[in-house]
Amino acid sequence: MSVTPCALRPLHLAFALDGPVRRARRGGEAYDPEHYVRLARLAERGTLDFVTLGDSFARPGPDALAVLARVAPRTGRIGLVPAVTTTHTEPFHVSTAVSTLDWVSRGRAGWAVEVSQSRAEARLFGRRDAAPADAMWREAGEAADVAARLWDSWEDDAEIRDAATGRFVDRAKLHHVDFRGSSFSVRGPSITPRPPQGHPVVVVDASTRPAREVAAAHADVALVRAEDPATAGDARAGLRERARALGRDPDRLRVLASLPVELYCSGDAVGLADLIGDWHADGACDGFHLRPADPERDLARLVDGTVPVLQHRCLLRRFYPGATLREHLGLPRPANRYAAARKVSP
Amino acid sequence: MTTTTAPSRTPSAPPGPRRMHLAAHFPGVNNTTVWTGDRVGSQIDFASFEHLARTAERGRFDFFFLAEGLRLREHKGRIHDLDVMGRPEAVTVLSALAAVTDRLGLAATVSATFNEPYELARRLSTLDHLSGGRAAWNVVTTSDAFTGENFRRGGYLDHADRYVRAAEFVATARELWDSWPAGGTPRPVAHQGPHFSVRGEFTLPRSPQGHPVIIQAGDSAEGRDFAAATADVIFTRHSTLEAGREFYADVKGRLPAHGRDADALKIMPGVTFVLGDTAADAQERAATIRRQQVSPQNALVALEQVWGVDLSAYDPDGPLPDFDPVPDPRLAQGRVRIGDPKAVADRWRALSEAKGLSIRETVIETTGRQSFVGTPAAVAEEMAAFVAARAADGFILVPHLTPGGLDDFVDRVVPLLQERGVLRPEYEGATLRSHLGLPEPVRPAGKG
Ligand SMILES: Cc1cc2nc3c(=O)[nH]c(=O)nc-3n(C[C@H](O)[C@H](O)[C@H](O)COP(=O)(O)O)c2cc1C
Repeated sequence: MSVTPCALRPLHLAFALDGPVRRARRGGEAYDPEHYVRLARLAERGTLDFVTLGDSFARPGPDALAVLARVAPRTGRIGLVPAVTTTHTEPFHVSTAVSTLDWVSRGRAGWAVEVSQSRAEARLFGRRDAAPADAMWREAGEAADVAARLWDSWEDDAEIRDAATGRFVDRAKLHHVDFRGSSFSVRGPSITPRPPQGHPVVVVDASTRPAREVAAAHADVALVRAEDPATAGDARAGLRERARALGRDPDRLRVLASLPVELYCSGDAVGLADLIGDWHADGACDGFHLRPADPERDLARLVDGTVPVLQHRCLLRRFYPGATLREHLGLPRPANRYAAARKVSP
Repeated sequence: MTTTTAPSRTPSAPPGPRRMHLAAHFPGVNNTTVWTGDRVGSQIDFASFEHLARTAERGRFDFFFLAEGLRLREHKGRIHDLDVMGRPEAVTVLSALAAVTDRLGLAATVSATFNEPYELARRLSTLDHLSGGRAAWNVVTTSDAFTGENFRRGGYLDHADRYVRAAEFVATARELWDSWPAGGTPRPVAHQGPHFSVRGEFTLPRSPQGHPVIIQAGDSAEGRDFAAATADVIFTRHSTLEAGREFYADVKGRLPAHGRDADALKIMPGVTFVLGDTAADAQERAATIRRQQVSPQNALVALEQVWGVDLSAYDPDGPLPDFDPVPDPRLAQGRVRIGDPKAVADRWRALSEAKGLSIRETVIETTGRQSFVGTPAAVAEEMAAFVAARAADGFILVPHLTPGGLDDFVDRVVPLLQERGVLRPEYEGATLRSHLGLPEPVRPAGKG
């Protein structure tokens, strides 16, 4: 088997496991864990980087993060990226749940940051009214920020198990985060040690303006919904520029074009390979997030049709080069902000 | 409050000795977990959870249990660094365990104070779906402001209010769990109460065991009444025969007032065990374990928690302080409180003088002792005797080692319990409710 690294720029592929709501409502597979296990294993056979599962408190279906935690032990390499909303949830709980997904998947977790804008969702909680998108996304950015601080609040080597002094941890390597946002504060540190990837991969659908700002500031992967390569390319350039302006290295932001797909036959699957090749050649994006009409059917066609074509054309890798989602994406493990600060001023 | 679980009488038990229920407490964050030595593993890697859960399932246990703490403990204003710390988020790790177990119940401790009913009801119902009906929720009422500093709502709730909130929380969750009629479309919920306003449709059909099982842990009169009204299982610390019988009679006596019969609520004390090839061998191991649990540094911390002042200059192998405690509730944060410090100090000093014990030896003597110590046969017999004497309906075993702390028990004691007919030889049903002998909750009249 050839192990030549083919494409100059690696192509990243992700797939949404969500079925249309109308099917979920009929019951059946939306509540059957084996349905998700089957799909994730199929995606893994296609060496995709990750699968996403959407969520909202008002859509029929189970909690997305719990579903992907259930999938984790039955898969080995595929990245698992549930949507978790920030509007009616506790940032502290969200950060530990995402961190735990990283622990149970041994470094394959991501978090698709979402907001709950609807009045229907607000009524389910009765704590606060629905708010405009700008305010919700500002809070979502704060939630992503505090989550990252909590993930860093245990340095990697905080657990020392030093029998001589009786100390299980070195408390100099545990940190109160003392975060104050516009609508919440968190003292910290986390109750969960720093997860295997340091930070699970943060994914933001950057299709709207307020979400774009959060993506530029906090995302490892930004999704952009675009109908042509030029639009996607512009969005990518804009996000990279904004990330740079915020002091980030734009090469640590992957921008994936998020496309609806419907693959009825193997011809469609080859057509998708052509489209992916063209967009990629144009430099429109770092890869694709595919949103199927029918996850089961379309994923099978993708894995058995599109993927081999892309591999044959040397656009897609044939195996997972690493074990963690960050490694699939070519993203480094983030340095710990507190450890860095401690080294500067001991 | 609507009691949607008012159970019908369970089918009469087969003749023979009373069966016991067993659960496994994951020995992660806990001041009894031994973390030195060659048999200790990670308290956070999934492999540890998987090992202990599979062992419990091999032993035909009812459920696997995770405790919760939402803030790292502090002592004298600094993070407490002497005990095992660092834990995963419970519902997530149990969802993963659902993939590697088939029958074992999966119980998450989750605070009713720092969560909201809609979200938690949905997460727990998801766990019930993902596990084929094996989910349980241990409803705790953590309310101190110290923990509240990590949450939007802070720590405003006082002791009297937290069971009021917990009761409304569980009732609201049950309204949501009951809102999908069999085969029909969901009926919107409209709950309005002092603590919660929840209006809209739940996103999941009724789960495979109807509702997740409800566990309660908390010892006040309010806590016991809350359990008598609402819970399926009560987790208690009353683990001696005498205290167990008293607690058992008290709690079971509270059930009729809530229209429930004695079998509707299972009483399960948390217990520890030490096995040996002979009685003397077991005693010797127990003493070694106690010394590992109470390091010299930990002995001083325990002393400071009673005395309320810095005692770091004291020698753990020397005598106790000769002055009275200066109570300071802020000295130790994030722990369940001890009783009256003066009374505790007097008791400790009397014991130390009578037996000539050092600080560390006194702490070892007074702070917890293993519940069952002996040969596998002796331990099996004693456990069965507890259940026969109605001091318990079963036990939540708290091993002192992660993750292998249950191996010996399952290999050596479980077969003896099965031979005696006090432990099921095989799972008879698929759901946690069926393991516990609890009927599926009845839907409220007019709402199916
Ligand atoms: C056996 C037992 C286990 C408990 N476990 C937890 C726990 O894991 N997390 C927690 O926050 N509180 C825990 N608690 C505390 C109780 O939920 C409650 O807040 C406390 O006991 C005070 O209530 P009470 O006055 O009714 O006892 C536990 C209590 C008992 C008795």
